[in-house]
Amino acid sequence: MNPHEESDEERVLLEVRDLKTWFDVEGRTAKAVDGVSFRIRENEVFGLVGESGSGKSVTSLSILRLIPDPPGRIVGGEILFRGKDLLKLSWSEMRKIRGNRISMIFQEPMTALNPVFTIGFQLTEALRRHAGMSKEQARDRAAEMLELVGIPDGGRRLKNFPHQFSGGMRQRAMIAMALSLEPDLLIADEPTTALDVTIQAQILELMLEVRKKTGNSSILLITHDLAVVAETCRRVAVMYGGKIQEIADVGPLFRAPLHPYTRGLLLSLPRPDKEKPPRLSTIPGIVPSILDMPKGCKFATRCPERTERCDLEEPELREIEPGRYCRCHLVEPLPVGERKGGGE
Amino acid sequence: MSRPLLELKDLKVHYPIHGGVFLKRIGEVKAVDGVSLEIREGETLGLVGESGCGKTTLGKAVMRLLKITGGSILFRRKDGTVQDLARLSRGEMRPIRAEIQMIYQDPYSSLNPRWSVGDIVAEPLTVHEPELGLKERDDRVAWLLEKVGLTPEQAFRYPHEFSGGQRQRVGIARSLATRPRLLVADEPVSALDVSIQAQVINLMMDLQEEFGLTYLFIAHDLSVVEHISHRIAVMYLGNLVEYGPAGEVYRNPVHPYTKALLSAVPLPDPDLDRPERIRLEGEIPSPLNKPSGCPFRTRCPIAKPSCAEEVPALLEVSTDHFAACPLA
Repeated sequence: MNPHEESDEERVLLEVRDLKTWFDVEGRTAKAVDGVSFRIRENEVFGLVGESGSGKSVTSLSILRLIPDPPGRIVGGEILFRGKDLLKLSWSEMRKIRGNRISMIFQEPMTALNPVFTIGFQLTEALRRHAGMSKEQARDRAAEMLELVGIPDGGRRLKNFPHQFSGGMRQRAMIAMALSLEPDLLIADEPTTALDVTIQAQILELMLEVRKKTGNSSILLITHDLAVVAETCRRVAVMYGGKIQEIADVGPLFRAPLHPYTRGLLLSLPRPDKEKPPRLSTIPGIVPSILDMPKGCKFATRCPERTERCDLEEPELREIEPGRYCRCHLVEPLPVGERKGGGE
Repeated sequence: MSRPLLELKDLKVHYPIHGGVFLKRIGEVKAVDGVSLEIREGETLGLVGESGCGKTTLGKAVMRLLKITGGSILFRRKDGTVQDLARLSRGEMRPIRAEIQMIYQDPYSSLNPRWSVGDIVAEPLTVHEPELGLKERDDRVAWLLEKVGLTPEQAFRYPHEFSGGQRQRVGIARSLATRPRLLVADEPVSALDVSIQAQVINLMMDLQEEFGLTYLFIAHDLSVVEHISHRIAVMYLGNLVEYGPAGEVYRNPVHPYTKALLSAVPLPDPDLDRPERIRLEGEIPSPLNKPSGCPFRTRCPIAKPSCAEEVPALLEVSTDHFAACPLA
C-alpha cells in the first residue's frame, strides 16, 4: 500500500458527517444509521463492510437520498459531495447528480434492470438525459460501453431485453450503465453477491479496469465479504449496529485489526490457505435487534473483552493513529496526533 | 479407510423439456450426467461447483426426491444390508428416509411459520417412530434442542422469534430427530452472516464427532467446504471433474476447472502474494446443449480438438485423488 502524501482535505470527494437515518417501525424508532462519518477521497476504492442489519445499505441509499419516506427519514448529519451538502439540495438538483455524478450498481441485476425495456433503451436513457446526446450518439456510446465491459457485438446486443442476458452479463450491463457518464462516485452495493465465484472475480476486475479507462471514479463498495474488500479496496470502514466501529487502510486493518468486532470477524473466517484449526473461532451470541440496541457500546453484548464501562457509555470513534479510527474504550490513541480521549 | 456408506454409480438425472402445442418432449437438461462417487462412513464429502453444475440435483437424487434417469445409489443400511435406492418404490423408500435426512439452505422458508419449534422438530418422529409416547417425544425434542445449542423452553416458541442462525439450529435438530446416519446439507450456511456461519459450522462438526454422522456437504463457498470436508468433489455441468482429499485438492488441484475455481476465491489477506488469477473466458454453457466430450472444453485454457471426442474418465492422479482430464 502506498501511503498518501497529499493532505486529506484537498482530495476528499465525499464526506459523510454524523449521518442519522431512522425508520419508524410500529410506533418505535429503528436507528438504522446512527451517527456515521467517513470520507472518500478522489480516485479511491473505499469498502463499507458489515453484516445484515449493520446499516451499510441504508448509508448508501441515504447518500443518494433514496430512503423511502415514510417510514424512513434522514434526521441529521451532512453529506458533503465536493463540499456541497446533498441533503440541502432540491429534488431537481439531486436528480442531476444521480446517475450522472454519483451512480449506483445494485446486488440483483435482474430487479435493477427494467424487464420491459431493451438494454439499449436503459443504457441510453441516462446519456440522453444527462449528457444531452442525440439518439445516435447515445447508441454509439452505449455500444462502446458494452464492448468495454466484455459483451461482444455491443451494437446488436443493445436490442436485447434483460432476460436474454445471463446473470453475469446483466451485471456487466449495469456496470456499463453506471460508468457510461464517468461519474465521480460509483456506489456498488453487494455487486457480486448473487454471482458465482469465477464470475465474481471477472466482475470485480472489470469494475476496477473500466473505472480506470473511463473517469477514474471513486468507488464505494458495500459488502459483507471481507475477502472481497481485501482484494479490491484501499480503505475500509467496518459497521456494526448502525455505527462505524473501525476505519483503516486495508493493509493495517487485516494485519492488525483494532476493534474486537473486526478481530472476531476476521478470526471466524475459514482460511483454506492456512493451517486448519480444529474449530473456527466464533463471535458468541447474535446481533441485537435494531429496536433494542444496547445503551453503551453496540458490540458490548457479544464482546469478549467487555468491561462495565462498555455497558454504560458508548465509546467515540477516535483517531488512534493517522488515518486509523476505532470506536472502543479499550483502544487508546497513540500519544502522537493526539485527540481528546475519553477518561483514563 | 472406512467403508462406503453411500456409493453412486454412473448416476444420471435428466429433466425433460416439453414445448410446442402438444407439449412434446423437445429436449432434456442433463443435470447430473453419469456421476460415480462414494461417501465413507463418518466423513464429510464436500460437493462444490457453480450454479447449474448439478450439485443440488445430486443431493435431491440421493434423497430420492427426483426421478432417477439411470445408475444406482447404493446405501448401506443400519443392519448392514446394501440397497439400491434408485430402484426402490416410494413405500420401500420411506423407512430409509429415517436414516438419510436433509438440512436446507434457507432457514426462513424451510420451517413452517405456524408450527411451534417443538412441533417442527417432532414431526419426523411422528412419521418414523409413531410408537413413541407423548412424554418420550417431548423428552427427545428437549434433548435435541439442547444438542444444537438451544434450550428446551424454546420448543414453545415460533420460528419468527428466532434469528437466522437459531433457525438453522432448529433445522439441524429436526434432521437429527430420527437418528440418521447420512445428512445431506445443501448450502446450510450460505444464508447466514459471517459471525453466525462459524457457529453453525462448529456445531455441525461437533455433532459429527459425537454421533458419527456422515455429511454430504453441498456448497459454493470453497473456503467453507475446505474447512469442513475430509474429501472434496468438484462438479461442472453435470459431471464430476475432480475428487480427492480436501487439502490435496485445494493445494494441488489437477483439473483446469478446479485450478481456475480456486484461483478465483478471494482471500481475506491483502498482503498475500497470490499467483496470477486464471481468467476463464465466457460463462458456463447451458446444460440444455452441453458441449460434446469434455463439458469444460469451451472455456478450458488447455483444450485440444481431441477433447470434443469423448467425456474424459476420472483418472487417479495420486493416492485417492482423481481428475477427469487426460491433458493435466
